Amino acid sequence: MYPFSYTKVSDTREAVNAARNGGRYIAGGTTLVDLMRETVERPETLVDITGLPLREVTVTERGGLRIGALVSMAETAANRKVRTLYPVVSESLELSASAQLRNMATIGGNIMQRTRCTYFRDVSADCNKRDPGSGCAALKGVNRTHAILGTSDDCVATHPSDVAVAFAALEAQVQLLGPEGERHVPFADFLLKPGSTPNREQALRQGELITAVEIPAHPRPLKSGYLKVRDRQSYEFALTSAAVALHIRGGVIRDAYVAAGGVGTVPWKLPAVEEALVGERPSDRLWAGAADRAADGARPLQHNRFKAELLQRTVERQLRTVGDST
Amino acid sequence: MPGSDDVTGFALFLPLRRPGAPPAESESVCMSSTEFTEPDVPPPTDSADSTESPTAPTRRTFIATTTAVGGAVVAGGFITGSTFIDAEGAEAGEAAPSSRVSLTVNGSRRTVTVDNRTSLLDLLREHLDLTGSKKGCNAGACGACTVLVDDRRVNSCLTLAARLEAAEVTTIEGLADGDELHPLQQAFIEQDAFQCGYCTPGQIVSGVGCIKEGHTGSPEEIREWMSGNICRCGCYVKIVRAVEQTAGRK
Repeated sequence: MYPFSYTKVSDTREAVNAARNGGRYIAGGTTLVDLMRETVERPETLVDITGLPLREVTVTERGGLRIGALVSMAETAANRKVRTLYPVVSESLELSASAQLRNMATIGGNIMQRTRCTYFRDVSADCNKRDPGSGCAALKGVNRTHAILGTSDDCVATHPSDVAVAFAALEAQVQLLGPEGERHVPFADFLLKPGSTPNREQALRQGELITAVEIPAHPRPLKSGYLKVRDRQSYEFALTSAAVALHIRGGVIRDAYVAAGGVGTVPWKLPAVEEALVGERPSDRLWAGAADRAADGARPLQHNRFKAELLQRTVERQLRTVGDST
Repeated sequence: MPGSDDVTGFALFLPLRRPGAPPAESESVCMSSTEFTEPDVPPPTDSADSTESPTAPTRRTFIATTTAVGGAVVAGGFITGSTFIDAEGAEAGEAAPSSRVSLTVNGSRRTVTVDNRTSLLDLLREHLDLTGSKKGCNAGACGACTVLVDDRRVNSCLTLAARLEAAEVTTIEGLADGDELHPLQQAFIEQDAFQCGYCTPGQIVSGVGCIKEGHTGSPEEIREWMSGNICRCGCYVKIVRAVEQTAGRK
């Protein structure tokens, strides 16, 4: 680990000023400290933001849910409002990491976490994300766990978060505070596909701080849930996952929100699946037909060809689980 | 703890340094121990340590010495007593940025100055001589370093010590009440829930956290909520029984 200076800030303005001058925010630190030890991350200054008042979970005036950036994964998952309104959020969190890490890691940090691609984490390997222009060792390397959607010739790394998949499905917004004030960014625009600049991962401007993630109000009742498929039963990143939320009234699906994880360079929203569901009545045939669209546009690599079909089956099963529940 | 073994934690897990890579933080842990308010040191639960007289070389200092002689190249730093001084930093004559932090460890107030890179795990093991918490992966993947910070279980290897101002830390050494083991420690013995013992301190502290959180409704629930603690001997069945037994008595 390289030496760094450390400062703890007590209000958001102070934080933004420190970051504008090159400081790097640290909250739970579960990704950052790990990557600093691997020398993948080499910040010169850490700005500790855990003293900031960003720890509330509130229902907004319009009936949405605002989760403060510093609420831990464990607290968010256990929160009664979250569990009642958006089970897909609490389920995705409880299927993430370990109890220890969930106690440490925050919601803001979770969506900022960096890929688990082994070539990214190995400073002796070529990686355009870590070292732009050096190449992508995963393209012709061991790429079983890598992405099949949203990839480019420069990067095929997945985004590892589970709750980000739920946020993508529910069309959340990321609330930011920067030197030029506040702004809200739709989740779909916040995390960036690699393209030719895989080193640029979020639509953040210099010094901007995540203050909250807000899930908009959706028609109720809204049934939702998260399914994660992985190499071991617990404490493992997703090979594939599906976040599903359905608003069913009068026996007809009125609204559908579906996204996939473990397969995309960013949490992968599935509009084709959603379109296939809206206006239809739940049935096994519908679930299978809609899920057939889940891997549209997939570009598998040498070792992850299995992911396209696994994704379709994951989505189908989770549509059935959520759609058939009473 | 029975079966705990500092050899693996201390010598074999020292990271190999790549050429040109910065020093691992375990090499540069101890800047100075300024203003140690040496409180009552809690009675050690490590049976090996407690049987050794204060003047005899402990197993730990013996290992440190042999490492210094035989393994200095591997460690990549100088070893002076139990204090590591980073070779690169010493040559450059520049001290890495450090912080002063006051925290409570197992009920005792400690004030230390640490290199900002120092993890809580290294602070405990290399600075405060609390070697019960183990360094398995040093990456938050194995749970051997689990301690309670402000009553919540965390990976101490991913926790920067400099950030722990006013924190309350409980390690495996702080669970027993004098000579009376914590019920979960006793349950691990009764259920024979370990073999090599390396993961055991982390398992027990994590189990204490799991019980406090109330995730002990069934063996399946315990398994899921204890999944952050890896046991390479595969003692999971008995670990789950020990947690279940202790939760049931509450």
